[in-house]
Amino acid sequence: MSQSWTRIWAMTKKELRDYRRNRFVVLTMAVMPLVFTVAPMVQLFAVKITTTSPAFNARIGLSLLYMLIIPAIVPSSLSAYSVVGEREQGTLEPVLITPLSSQEFLFGKALAALLPTIAISYAVFGIFLAAAATFAQPAVATAIFSGSHIWIQLLFTPLLAGWSILVGIAISTRSADVRTAQQLSVLASLPPLAVVALITFNVIHASRGITIGLAVALLVIDRFGWRAVAAMFDRERLVTGRRG
Amino acid sequence: MTRPFDEGTVVAIAHGEGGSQASAGRKVDGPALAVEHLTKRFGNRAAYSDVSFEIGYGEVFGFLGPNGAGKTTTVRTLGTLIAPTSGSARVAGLALTVANGAAIRRRISIMPESPGLYTRLTVEENLECFAGLYGLSDARERIRRALGSVNLLERSQDLCGALSKGLRQRVALARALLNDPEVLFLDEPTSGLDPVAAREVHELITAMRSRGVTIFLTTHRLEEAERLCDRVAILNTTLRMIGRPDELRTELFARTLEVRTKAPLGNPGALFAGLSGVKSWSDAGGAAYRLEVTDPEVAAPGVTRALVAAGADVLSIAESRHSLEDVYLELVGEEEKAGRA
Ligand SMILES: Nc1ncnc2c1ncn2[C@@H]1O[C@H](COP(=O)(O)OP(=O)(O)O)[C@@H](O)[C@H]1O
Ligand SMILES: [Mg+2]
Repeated sequence: MSQSWTRIWAMTKKELRDYRRNRFVVLTMAVMPLVFTVAPMVQLFAVKITTTSPAFNARIGLSLLYMLIIPAIVPSSLSAYSVVGEREQGTLEPVLITPLSSQEFLFGKALAALLPTIAISYAVFGIFLAAAATFAQPAVATAIFSGSHIWIQLLFTPLLAGWSILVGIAISTRSADVRTAQQLSVLASLPPLAVVALITFNVIHASRGITIGLAVALLVIDRFGWRAVAAMFDRERLVTGRRG
Repeated sequence: MTRPFDEGTVVAIAHGEGGSQASAGRKVDGPALAVEHLTKRFGNRAAYSDVSFEIGYGEVFGFLGPNGAGKTTTVRTLGTLIAPTSGSARVAGLALTVANGAAIRRRISIMPESPGLYTRLTVEENLECFAGLYGLSDARERIRRALGSVNLLERSQDLCGALSKGLRQRVALARALLNDPEVLFLDEPTSGLDPVAAREVHELITAMRSRGVTIFLTTHRLEEAERLCDRVAILNTTLRMIGRPDELRTELFARTLEVRTKAPLGNPGALFAGLSGVKSWSDAGGAAYRLEVTDPEVAAPGVTRALVAAGADVLSIAESRHSLEDVYLELVGEEEKAGRA
């Protein structure tokens, strides 16, 4: 069936409005980036130039990795809420009796989790880079701006977010309550982050090939995983409240 | 398929059972809803069983039954949310199949038992979301009209979370009107409302009825069905009765004449049989008899004459009425009659 952007966007817009007025969501989106940015930033900028090169590189990697936790974790709690949350508050049935298709519903939800996540992650990264250029010792700044750090960060932010949203919504579609869904989703958002960590710390040698391979793998999952999630989306089970 | 709320005067036609004329104002052939032997089981328990009926365009059809009768499950089935276990149906001209799901949902709308509004969004934002979900191009105008028909234009900027239950119900009704549905399902639209709010909803339904909107209304309240509907079906897992309210009234009012004579009659069967207006009789013990009649005023004189002609000493002939409520409760309680439509 052909997708309608009007319908998808109607769902996304509703979600974004709802987030903005939900104190818990606003707080999460404000606090999480702080937690995962300020500490590593301060730590990194305090580094002495005398530090030997490999350890030094690892510390930069750690700081940047901290920031990749943002796109992994922030959307997982949003998307975990997306289906089972509407079910709990009784707003799912009216939506399911519109012509909205399962895929449109899921895309609308995914987009609503993706947009603020990307905005926040990139903003935080931008602030980090600006701060590095301004306050860090020249050698530290040079290390950050040279090499592949920046493009890895830019590339993996949406890919990790995509994974978290995909599994978050899949879990939300199948869960009986919001709390369980959120706990499971946070756990499920971590594995790809762990792989990125291994690359960052040179456990898996950070060849261009492996990095691109991982990126492509995530891209394929993010792109085609939706079919599986849409297939899991069973109106009858969602409405009658029977567990699948 | 798009029809403004206030266009045309579609006359509500009372159909006989199985009637399927389309009303004059529609360019649609066939019934608005046609349900044949529809059954839904959850596990091995039937939510509803072997349900058949037809509804014409412009008709307000009441689905009356106690809690747990299967009303909501029926509405959800016809709204493509739940797959029937067996049987078939046509909804707004389309066969009820998985493939037709989105197309059917475009033509109908449902106001569920609970309004299910987004409480952090305003009335207008809620409707805007649904206008988008229906892919409506003239959303502004539709929202204005829908709010106008439930008298909520001046509340459009209120947060839904701050509205009373009655107002929320009206917002849900406006939401259901957005896509100008060919069939509007209202699932217990007044349950949980105070009498004033319930009356407002009744007035809105009456107004929609006069505009020719086809409505499938479920309720557990007899007087609501009687007051609002052209035809009523009584459901308790199976359909027990279907007809116009006045027909049901006659039928439900199971009127009886109580006859008392001085001595038991010699052959009451021969005496009462064939009397006009007498449907059946039973022995009430001693020298009393209970006659089931269509209309006591018609039957009583004939019964009196027959008794006198037979030489019986009549002590009294009195009409006894069960309340509509009593008979209704008795009717939906008759589990053994399951299967009779
Ligand atoms: N998801 C479900 N699983 C099992 N039984 C159900 C489910 N939904 C409804 N039922 C049963 O089906 C019957 C009809 O329910 P329902 O359609 O809600 O009745 P009504 O709306 O007339 O009160 C009830 O006995 C109810 O317990
Ligand atoms: Mg119900």
